[in-house]
Amino acid sequence: MSAAVAFSPEQLAEVRRLQALYPDRRGALLPVLHMAQDTFGWISLDVEAYVAGLFDLSPAHVHEVVTFYTLYFRQPKGRHVVAVCHNLSCHLAGAPDILRHVRERLGIDVGETSDDGRVTLQSVECLCACEAAPMMQVDDRYELHLTPETVDRILEELR
Amino acid sequence: MTTEPILSRNFDRPAARTLAGYRETGGYGAWARAQEMEPAAILEAVKASNLRGLGGAGFPTGMKWSFIPKGHAGPVYLVVNADEGEPGTFKDRYLLERDPHALIEGMLIAARAIRSALGFVYIRGEYVQPWRVFDAAVREAYDAGLLGRGLDVIVHRGAGAYICGEETGLISSLEGKKGWPKVKPPFPAIKGAFGQPTIVNNVETLCCVPHIVARGAAWFAGLGTKTQGGTRMYSVSGRVRRPGVYETSVSITLRQLIELAGGVAGTGRLKAVVPGGGSAPILTADEIDVTMDVDGLKAAGSMIGSAGVVVMDESVSIPEALLVLARFYAHESCGQCTPCRESTGWIYRMVHRIVDGHGRKEDLDTILDVARRGAGTTICAFYDGAVGPYISYIEKFRAEFEALIPK
Ligand SMILES: Cc1cc2nc3c(=O)[nH]c(=O)nc-3n(C[C@H](O)[C@H](O)[C@H](O)COP(=O)(O)O)c2cc1C
Ligand code: SF4
Repeated sequence: MSAAVAFSPEQLAEVRRLQALYPDRRGALLPVLHMAQDTFGWISLDVEAYVAGLFDLSPAHVHEVVTFYTLYFRQPKGRHVVAVCHNLSCHLAGAPDILRHVRERLGIDVGETSDDGRVTLQSVECLCACEAAPMMQVDDRYELHLTPETVDRILEELR
Repeated sequence: MTTEPILSRNFDRPAARTLAGYRETGGYGAWARAQEMEPAAILEAVKASNLRGLGGAGFPTGMKWSFIPKGHAGPVYLVVNADEGEPGTFKDRYLLERDPHALIEGMLIAARAIRSALGFVYIRGEYVQPWRVFDAAVREAYDAGLLGRGLDVIVHRGAGAYICGEETGLISSLEGKKGWPKVKPPFPAIKGAFGQPTIVNNVETLCCVPHIVARGAAWFAGLGTKTQGGTRMYSVSGRVRRPGVYETSVSITLRQLIELAGGVAGTGRLKAVVPGGGSAPILTADEIDVTMDVDGLKAAGSMIGSAGVVVMDESVSIPEALLVLARFYAHESCGQCTPCRESTGWIYRMVHRIVDGHGRKEDLDTILDVARRGAGTTICAFYDGAVGPYISYIEKFRAEFEALIPK
């Protein structure tokens, strides 16, 4: 990692506010890791060590936490993350075809990022929008009732 | 069977997301009444209402609240489980997005009953929009002085892990650790979050509480069966004509519920139904005349769980459906217990090779044997939730699996 990993003074104040909210400040670890990912793009070992320092925890503890959860990226991710649900209701509604279509359109496989750094593709467990299957998450948004046509439109809009 | 909408009464009223809009139809009236009640009286009302937890285990809510040690000097915490992740379930998302103040009102009343001054709402990390809506409602409630005077609420976002829906996994996660479930006892009501007595309740469970206070325990109990009061929000998906959330009495039968959702889609002929989320044992087309309450499904050898109903018509491949679930369990096992960690991986690989046409004759019995041995031996109920599908899919649809295995 090139640039030094550090929060701004405002962010550090926010870290202290979060830590003070919880009965034990360690409770703020997940929220602070979310902040770190939003700030630095992904959670590198340097970021883990930096966050560990903010909590007086060992980097190993933070590493153990980061690796447990799926929403923390341990490699640089694309500018957008497309996560296609592959669980039961989406499967019954044609998720395998949707996933194949997305892979072909993006020219990448699950777990990969497009060469232009635009999109990272994932295939994920139930996102709990089964009434609108098949569906996927694009960054913060749920995209519902997918068809190959709507998938094309959604992907084209990602810059 | 139609019932007056109670939990879903505000779903078609976008204004209800704001405090003013929520108040228009009597919102926070139950909280006003609860403030006149002794905590013990609230607890008695919830007991008498026969409310049972709607997150999965169906435990009587009033009884759970009564486990908080009497005379405990330190803090007591209220934790809302909004980590919705059970395959086929989406009702908490509707509640968070469409009626956020109902949950806050339920928390206020529950916190008074258990004498808690700090509540946590653990929302799954993927639920960004529901989190934004709910968080905005919390800020509004603070500004109006509903929160911050006796009860503080921390909205906590998860980071992607199904096991954090299990209440002690959730507590570990809330404490800033990986979401490993804890050995019980001690149960959270005795020693929970940050070592203090903690009540964990599902979103929908707490959303029932204002109605119990406003309209009386007897009214609520009368909506359901002898052993479970109230209505429930059924998430219905898969091969039905009108998938969606349906609120109805817990005494509805599965057959009636499928009709309510427009009937079977696809071929129009029913093959099987998952009645209570991915972890519920599957029912065949002949087994759907069961009532959708906790005890009705238990008697039918399945479970109501999260009330996520997934309908499968005759064209659905049961081995493929099991493969999808087996992949899920292999991915989501937290890895703490050997039977769960090892079996979920091995069974996934075996179902995979069966579906791929490379199964061996002995595979089905091996899966059944492995599944039965591990059941009941693990730290949390996750593995039992995997065993239910493994066994029921294979036992009830064995011929379909055998047809895929080369002779
Ligand atoms: C593997 C597993 C996953 C669970 N996931 C959830 C969940 O997403 N939401 C939920 O409310 N309860 C879930 N539960 C049930 C909780 O452990 C707990 O029983 C529930 O939150 C208690 O609330 P209630 O009594 O109001 O239902 C899960 C249980 C297990 C074993
Ligand atoms: S049963 Fe599985 S998920 Fe539950 S604690 Fe054990 S290993 Fe973890």
